[in-house]
Amino acid sequence: MNTQDRKTSELHWLVRPATIRLLWRGGLPILAVLTLADLLMTAHPYFGIDGSFGFYSWYGLLTCAVMVFFAKGLRFLLKRGDEYYGDDRE
Amino acid sequence: MMTTFPPGLILVLGAFAVPFLNPGVRKALLLALPLAVLVLIWGVPDGPVLTVRYLDYELVMLQGTRLGRLFATIFAIMTFVGSLFAFNQRRVFELAAAQLYAGSAICVAMAGDLITVFVFWELMAVGSTVVVWSARTTTAYRASLRYMMVHFFGGVVLMVGIVAHVADTGSIAFVAMQPETLGTWLILIGFLINAGAPPLSAWLPDAYPEASWSGAVFLSAFTTKTAVYVLIVGFPGAEILIWVGVYMIFYGIIYALLENDMRRILAYSIINQVGFMVCGIGIGTELAINGAASHAFAHIIYKALLLMSAGSVLYSTGKRKCTDLGGLFQSMPLTTVCGIIGALAISSFPMTSGFISKSMISSAAADQHMAFVWFMLTAASAGVFLHAGIKFPWFVFFQKDSGLRPPDPPWNMRAAMVIFAGLCIGLGVWPEPLYAILPFPVDYVPYTAGHVIQMLQLLLFAGLAFFLLLPFMKRTMTLSLDFDWLYRRLLPLVVQLFLATFGPVDRAVRTIFVGSVKNVIARVFRYAGPNGPWARTAQAGSMVYWAVSLLVVYLVLYLA
Repeated sequence: MNTQDRKTSELHWLVRPATIRLLWRGGLPILAVLTLADLLMTAHPYFGIDGSFGFYSWYGLLTCAVMVFFAKGLRFLLKRGDEYYGDDRE
Repeated sequence: MMTTFPPGLILVLGAFAVPFLNPGVRKALLLALPLAVLVLIWGVPDGPVLTVRYLDYELVMLQGTRLGRLFATIFAIMTFVGSLFAFNQRRVFELAAAQLYAGSAICVAMAGDLITVFVFWELMAVGSTVVVWSARTTTAYRASLRYMMVHFFGGVVLMVGIVAHVADTGSIAFVAMQPETLGTWLILIGFLINAGAPPLSAWLPDAYPEASWSGAVFLSAFTTKTAVYVLIVGFPGAEILIWVGVYMIFYGIIYALLENDMRRILAYSIINQVGFMVCGIGIGTELAINGAASHAFAHIIYKALLLMSAGSVLYSTGKRKCTDLGGLFQSMPLTTVCGIIGALAISSFPMTSGFISKSMISSAAADQHMAFVWFMLTAASAGVFLHAGIKFPWFVFFQKDSGLRPPDPPWNMRAAMVIFAGLCIGLGVWPEPLYAILPFPVDYVPYTAGHVIQMLQLLLFAGLAFFLLLPFMKRTMTLSLDFDWLYRRLLPLVVQLFLATFGPVDRAVRTIFVGSVKNVIARVFRYAGPNGPWARTAQAGSMVYWAVSLLVVYLVLYLA
């Protein structure tokens, strides 16, 4: 057993690279199947676009990306070091 | 059995006994009192029950309503499970203050007039301040002072509003209003300050994470949810609340995304969740109000659960920053599972309590054809999963291995978490008992195939976004500026500047003034002092001489 293998086997099974690969490989098809499930549904849209194919999938992905980047942008304005308020915060 | 006195008062009075009991009796009392209160709450009949005459007003100290009973019920359940979680807390003043705080919240939920609401509202501020302060660190002490300052300010605004409203209408009855007069506007602002609404929202993420591992659990439940309760009673359908709510929702998400302290992430997400409720109150239809009320009920449970799992981590490791944590799932499996269940519930995952409550608010927005609000709420649902649903468990229990291997917490803390985790799932799969006690009859079916699929799509793709964008969310040792900068930085700066500018002027003016006064005193002293000419003692002989001289002059003048 080389060092790399020993290191891997000491890791908890959940965080081994193989498990993580498996999670990605299992997760992506689940996302695809979920989106395709739209084809089986009769849409009852409130506003039109929300009844289109895969709306909730792309809307969830897109809005989250917008929020992360918005937060990232705001960070430049708002971030301060942990000790900004002096010994006020530990 | 009919209850004829305010059940919350039992906790308020019990609080004063708590510090003086021996630990065994205290623990028994901490569990028995909330249960007794819960039974009594359900013995309160509809309508005014206890009225007291005070000055010219008829105070309705106890009133039974469906909404009040719903909130009082969850407050009592929260007190019971929270007390179980807090058994090992050695700072008995915190336990006592938590009882006072919870009891006052129950009294607010069962009060029928504005004065009674105000009295217990202020008592809550006192109780919660002591809970924050009980952590006994310098940081917590200072945070508790800022917390108190904001809440007493809110209390003053509320009081002035009530006085103006009573002057306008002559009535102290606590019934639905519209923000139209000065009085009603001030009442609304007073309520909103406690809900964590902008611009003063920073009090919440400032103070709550400074409380002890158990204190934060109590804090998460009462103040903001009592505010939701009074907003539902006082201002249902007030349109401004829709926009205040939407702002709070996104404020919570964005600030939580930037945050590094695990309990501060959860504090921001309280504002986010209360935003959903406030928005529902603004929409104001029966479905929306049911949504806001049931979401408050569900929220208290899963938020307390999340803060219990964070509290357990703090209890076992003494650490609170995401940058110091990670990999804890290996040695704290139960805490991890309970934290994840709370995280799924806050994200409205199907089969959890959040799913059956929050979706009523979005549906109400759609029913009212509020397209913009609906798209915002839907985006925010994805955002909740992002900032609380995944971020909290990921950074605390997984991500990198911090090397920490703390055990799960003691049995009572585990039991409290298991009870609330069970309730999160129980309400999710069997919502009918909750639906049965909502303020309006429920004609809402959460579990349709379409709704479940849509929610799963939204949430799982939000999850995908999280892991794809993980490199952009690296935790850093920073904090984010907020409105509290005004009173933590600007105000002290202004005071310093004022002192630096006017200090010398003031000193100069005083020097001149004091100098001239000294001058006058010196002159007076010179003439009238012991050696002064006016005080010189004259001999009797010279007086006779002068008297005779005057008489001679007088005689000469007379004869001339």
